[in-house]
Amino acid sequence: MQIRKLLSIELYKIKHHRLSKILIAGYFLLLSSIAMIASIKFKLGNTQIHLAEQGIFNFPYIWHFNTYMADFFTFFLAIIIVSTITNEYSYRTLKQNLIDGMSKKEFLLSKVLFIILLSLLATFFVFIISLILGLIYSDYTSSGIIVSEMYFLFSFFLKLLGTFMFIFFLGLLFRRSAFALGFFLLWLVFEQILYSLIRWQWFNEKVAEKASWFFPIASFKHLLPQPFTRLSAAKQIGKQIGEEIGRFQGIPFFHFLIAISWIIVFYWLSLYLLRRRDL
Amino acid sequence: METILEIKNLSKEYGKLKAVDGLSFQIQKGKVYGLLGPNGSGKSTTLGMILGVVNKTSGEVEWFENRLNQQQGLKKTGAIIERPNFYPYLSARQNLELVCKIKEINPKNIDEKLELVQLGDRKDELFKNFSLGMKQRLAIASSLLNDPELLILDEPTNGLDPKGIREIRDIIHQISQEGKTIILASHLLDEVEKVCDHVIVLEKGKKIFEGNVHELVNHKSWLEIEVDNPDNVARHLSAIPEIYEVIHKENGKLQVFTELTGKDLNKILWKKNIAAHQIISKKPSLEEMFIELTHS
Repeated sequence: MQIRKLLSIELYKIKHHRLSKILIAGYFLLLSSIAMIASIKFKLGNTQIHLAEQGIFNFPYIWHFNTYMADFFTFFLAIIIVSTITNEYSYRTLKQNLIDGMSKKEFLLSKVLFIILLSLLATFFVFIISLILGLIYSDYTSSGIIVSEMYFLFSFFLKLLGTFMFIFFLGLLFRRSAFALGFFLLWLVFEQILYSLIRWQWFNEKVAEKASWFFPIASFKHLLPQPFTRLSAAKQIGKQIGEEIGRFQGIPFFHFLIAISWIIVFYWLSLYLLRRRDL
Repeated sequence: METILEIKNLSKEYGKLKAVDGLSFQIQKGKVYGLLGPNGSGKSTTLGMILGVVNKTSGEVEWFENRLNQQQGLKKTGAIIERPNFYPYLSARQNLELVCKIKEINPKNIDEKLELVQLGDRKDELFKNFSLGMKQRLAIASSLLNDPELLILDEPTNGLDPKGIREIRDIIHQISQEGKTIILASHLLDEVEKVCDHVIVLEKGKKIFEGNVHELVNHKSWLEIEVDNPDNVARHLSAIPEIYEVIHKENGKLQVFTELTGKDLNKILWKKNIAAHQIISKKPSLEEMFIELTHS
C-alpha cells in the first residue's frame, strides 16, 4: 500500500476521534502560549528581569529557547500517540484491520507515518511562532543570523519523534495507555537512578555523563540542552557571584546519531512485537 | 474446479498444547463449508491462522492456487471472527468507509450492503450505540463490501437473541444462494445442515471427518419398522447378510441399519410371513452425527 494511503487510513481514525482532536488543539494552543513569555517580568534578587529584554527572542537564540520550551508540552501529544495503539487493542480493531487485508508492517507504518506527521507539524508550528516572535523582538534580523542554529528545529523534531516512538512501543507492549505512560515515567526515574549509581557508586561524573548519552530518554534529552545559561541575565548573575558561564558549543553530531539509532530500534522492536504476537 | 484456499499440514502449538495438529483441507470455489467442532477443537485458531492474526507453528496456507499471497488473498475475502470489531466513535457508514480504504475499494457499495443487512436507516448512528444484533449485521455488511470470493464466518450468531439469530441466519442463507464460497464455523448445526454442502469436523485440533453433509447423514440412515413380535423378527433380520445391525427400541419398534430400501425389506419380511405395520426410512440429523463423531 502506498504511503499516502496508509497515512490517510490513520488520519481518518484520528479525524473523528474527539479526544485526540481536543488534545491536538490543546497542544497547539499551549505552543502558542510561548509568545506570552514576552510579557513576563519578575525580580531576581536586586535585578528586575523582563524576559523579552533578555534576548530570549533574539535570533539565533530563539530557536534554542523556543524548541526547549515547546518540548515541555510533548506529553500532551504522547497521550494521543499511546492511545492510537492501545485503542486498537481495546476496540480489537487491530485484528479487524489485519483481517481486512493490512499487513502488520503496513499497520505499523500507518502509525509511524502519523507520528512523523504530528512531529513535523509541531516542529513547523514552533518554526512559525519563533520566526514571528523573532522578527518582532529580535535585535538582529539579517538572514544569515536568522538561519544559524536552525538545527534546533531538527533536534526538536527528532526528540519528539524519539519520545513518541518509545511511548508507541510501550503502548504496543502493555496494550493499556495508563500502563504505558506509567512505565514511561518510571523509566525516566530509572535512567536518573542509573545515572546516579554510575556517578556516585561505581564510577564518576565523566563516565556517568558519557554513559547517559546512550540511555534512550537521556539521548533524546541531549538533543535539546537547557538554554538558560546562554541568557544575558544568567551571564550577568554569573558575573555577580563570580561564576564563569561557558559559551554554548552546539550539539555534538553523535547525539543525533544515537537518537536516530534509538528511533530505529523502537521501530524494529514494535514490528517484532506485532509480528510475534497472536491476536 | 478452482481451489480458493488450501491448508497444508497446518499446526499451532501453545507451549505443550497442540491447538491445531497437522490440519489439511481444500476450499473449492462456489461451495459452502461448515467447520464444526466442540469448544476448544481449534476452529477459531485455524481461521485465525488463515486470516493471519494467529501465527502458525508450521504448515502452509495457499491462496488461489498460489497465485496470490496472503495479503492479496485477504483483500478478496470477507471475514467475521468471533465478534464484530469496529471503532465505537465512528458511525456505521464511517466504519465501512474505513474498511473500503483498507481494502482499497470504491465506497459506492456501502449503502447497498447496509440495506442488505437492514441498517440503511441507521447508517449515521455511532457503532457504540448499536445492539449486538446490529453490530453483527454491520460486520456482515463489512465483510461483503468487496464482493468477496471467500466469506469466512466464525460463530456469526454468538451472543445473539433468537430474533438476532434468525436475522443473521436469513442473511447467511441469502448470501449462500448467490453462489459465494463460504466457510461457516457455527454451533447452530441445523443451520449448517441447511446451508452447507460440505463439513469439516475437528476435535482436539485434528480433522476427524471431512465430506459431503448429505453423504454423512445418509451413510448413517436406518429403517424403523413396527411389527407384532419384535424379538422374533429381530432374530430373523439379524441372519440377513445385508443387514448390519438391528436394535430393539424401548417403544417396541426395530431400528434396522442396512443398505436395503424399505421396499426390499418389506419383500423379505413378506416372504417370511411377517407383516410390518409400518416401515419408515430415517436418517440422523447433523447434530446427532456431530455428537457421535466427537463423542460429546
